[in-house]
Amino acid sequence: MFVGVDVGGTNTDAVLMDGNQLVGAAKVPTTGDVTSGIVDSVTELLRQHPDHTIDAVMVGTTHFTNALLERRELSPTAVLRLCLPATRLLPPLVDWPEELKDAIGGFTYMVGGGNEFDGREISSLDRDGLRQAVGDMVRQGVRAVAVCGVFSPVDPAHENEAAALISEEAPELRVCLSHDNGRMGLLERENAAALNACLGEVANRTVQGIAEALKRLGIDAPLFMSQNDGTLMDTDFAARFPVLTISSGPTNSMRGAAYLSGITDGIVVDVGGTSTDVGALVKGFPRESAVAVHLAGVRTNFRIPDMVSIALGGGTVVTPDPWRMGPESVGYRLTEAARVFGGDALTTTDLAVADGRASIGYPQRVAGLDPSLVERAMAEIQARVETAVDRVKLSGEDVPVVLVGGGSILLGDALAGASRVLRPEHAGVANAIGAAIAQVGGQMERVYSLESGGRAEAIADCSAGAVQRAAAAGADPSTIEVVDVEEVPLTYIPSNATLVRVRAVGDLALFGA
Amino acid sequence: MWQAPEDVLEAVAIGAGILGTGGGGNPYIGQLRARQALRRWGPVTVLAPEEVPEDARVICVGGIGAPTVGIEKVRDLQSYHALRAIEEFTGEQATALISNEIGGSNSVEVMIAAAKAGLPIVDADGMGRAFPEFQMKTFFVYGVPCCPMAIADEKGNSIIIRETITPAWAERLARAATIQMGCVACYAVAPMSAEQVRNTAVPNTLSLARDLGNAVQQAHDTGRDPMEAILNTCPGRILFSGKVADLDRRTTGGFARGTLAIEGLDDFTSHRMVIDFQNENLIARVDREIVCTVPDLICAVTTDGGEPVTTELMRYGLRVTILGFPAPALWTTPQGLHESGPQHFGYDTEYIPLQVAAD
Repeated sequence: MFVGVDVGGTNTDAVLMDGNQLVGAAKVPTTGDVTSGIVDSVTELLRQHPDHTIDAVMVGTTHFTNALLERRELSPTAVLRLCLPATRLLPPLVDWPEELKDAIGGFTYMVGGGNEFDGREISSLDRDGLRQAVGDMVRQGVRAVAVCGVFSPVDPAHENEAAALISEEAPELRVCLSHDNGRMGLLERENAAALNACLGEVANRTVQGIAEALKRLGIDAPLFMSQNDGTLMDTDFAARFPVLTISSGPTNSMRGAAYLSGITDGIVVDVGGTSTDVGALVKGFPRESAVAVHLAGVRTNFRIPDMVSIALGGGTVVTPDPWRMGPESVGYRLTEAARVFGGDALTTTDLAVADGRASIGYPQRVAGLDPSLVERAMAEIQARVETAVDRVKLSGEDVPVVLVGGGSILLGDALAGASRVLRPEHAGVANAIGAAIAQVGGQMERVYSLESGGRAEAIADCSAGAVQRAAAAGADPSTIEVVDVEEVPLTYIPSNATLVRVRAVGDLALFGA
Repeated sequence: MWQAPEDVLEAVAIGAGILGTGGGGNPYIGQLRARQALRRWGPVTVLAPEEVPEDARVICVGGIGAPTVGIEKVRDLQSYHALRAIEEFTGEQATALISNEIGGSNSVEVMIAAAKAGLPIVDADGMGRAFPEFQMKTFFVYGVPCCPMAIADEKGNSIIIRETITPAWAERLARAATIQMGCVACYAVAPMSAEQVRNTAVPNTLSLARDLGNAVQQAHDTGRDPMEAILNTCPGRILFSGKVADLDRRTTGGFARGTLAIEGLDDFTSHRMVIDFQNENLIARVDREIVCTVPDLICAVTTDGGEPVTTELMRYGLRVTILGFPAPALWTTPQGLHESGPQHFGYDTEYIPLQVAAD
């Protein structure tokens, strides 16, 4: 059996899963230190369901990134770029907020190294320059270093060599390599590596804290953390790449919705109190965004779910004259502020009750509402959600739509663009379930020259790399499959150079064998 | 004459994105590089074409390479190095610089070289929009020689293309060198006279890009209609508005080619627009009837914000409005159309000038 835990802003949920079967669920308030909320939820779960063997615990939390937002406990960090003589006009940390740059020390170095798009070296790795830089880092009290080579996703050799040299010269330095985060885009990849580097110590402490707390509960099972792409990472990996957890919440919600509804390809609509998040599921995973993501003011290219958020939820306030629906919301105060609950605010929930599609609270309190007002509100809610659904779709075809979240009572059972509309049970713990059912993944990204029509070979080569990485990350090799292949042609290069990106996932080896 | 400080760059990027007609690539890196250059070396003076002194020597600089490589091996000061190389070869010092192309991220390359060299730039360029190839510039159409030209990389390599039999040969040779240099080179063309600039450059395009960007930003800040703000700044018209219904994109010969289909909404409900593009948007049809062709500008902006959308960022479901702007007059003469009209891109279609209601 395994335990999935989701640390939300308000509640921490824990679920017990037997294979793909939900056995039990517990909900407790989230705590400031996160760990005691996790302990409380798991304790409650085990109290309800004693005598089960726990094989693994999967935790979804975005806690690591709070340190970044609050600029506390960040390690003094250096960013070392292997690039000279290229890219000098834009040194490392160039577009960072000043306060965050100061908080990590702002130590930057550029030395000879890096590659061209086709794998040639820009210059050979400047080992002397590197030694000098490392010497300076040590003198400055740096504790972590992010290393980023130009085109390291094409050839990581220089980054790896630099890492080896740093470990020789200063073994106490925590090293983060940019190519481990894949993706083209020098500044974004370098920023990602720097964020991971500066969060390493605090992430390590947090993860160790959770692991020890679980041990004290008598759970002697491996601990995994959820990452943005819906796969798991072990505690060592989480401490090295803490930023890969930043959007595990929405990801787990979508994966949980997929599990609960049995839909692997379709749209998930999560209607909350204030807003509605709409995302697309592809083979059971959220489709990822192609645009740059800003974290604490830093531009990165982390893969996070491609979602459309609209300011519409169960607590959204409606004004009849002049007509307005939102963006104000009574939010979590819905059960006291809305008219059907005895309050004064006219919310979307009140109108849905008046319409008859929802039955909560005291329907008689909204019985006198003007029917044309109710009709107008229902039509607008429907239209806004339908537009959002349409925006996340990849084509004009109708697809299944899964509704989750407390506010989904606002919606009818038919939506334009939906082949069918599903409302799964247990949607309240979708996030924790998403954590518990997560698989293990690997990703590979490389530039290939497709001049001689070697597209199939290129994809096969890249897929083999992704499968290998998934296995290295702990996936059972017999269950690994390629879930995503993306080709990005590099324009203006006549040799048909194409960036190929492959993602593979498999079941955790623990259970798959 | 005006000064281009750091805080004008965002507006220029938006405006240049609109004038880029779908091409021009990701503006972020270019804007950041220009910001660094202006911070380090101070603001750049911008001269109106009529303010260029009679004895001026004006050098055109621009980037050449692959935008997808440029986000990884970000450009350094290649444009400055190309400038110095052509000066040394010709024995003439530049007194001002001019941009190759206002559309897209190339618009700021000239500012970086000018800031470093301490030279003014001319408020004009060689396209008034974006085009995919080096030789497609009004300068060359109207008799300015494209050679000698210098091409420089970031490593200290530079080459001179001394002479070619046609501008297309210059493009071919320059691109071959660029690939060897690692795909993010810059070039500089032998100096032009003030008269040549006034006769062959598309005038006032940097200030137009700035004004377009300001219009979009102000419309956003004040909640006004961005389309109206854009069309008040640059005469043109709304060709279509709707949502992206289909996108067929492929890469051939180093260019992103394809078609974009838009399903009409609001005033355009039950109509369909199809746009053919080759990096830039070439031909727009509504219900199979051509409504706009190159060299007129076919620009996609987001319907709610008026922000430019490049072909790379196009995707199903996006709400876009397609704006048409008449091409600069230098492109609509017989010589101009020969280099930039639909037939240049392999279409069996005459250029039909976009009609814009005078008000």
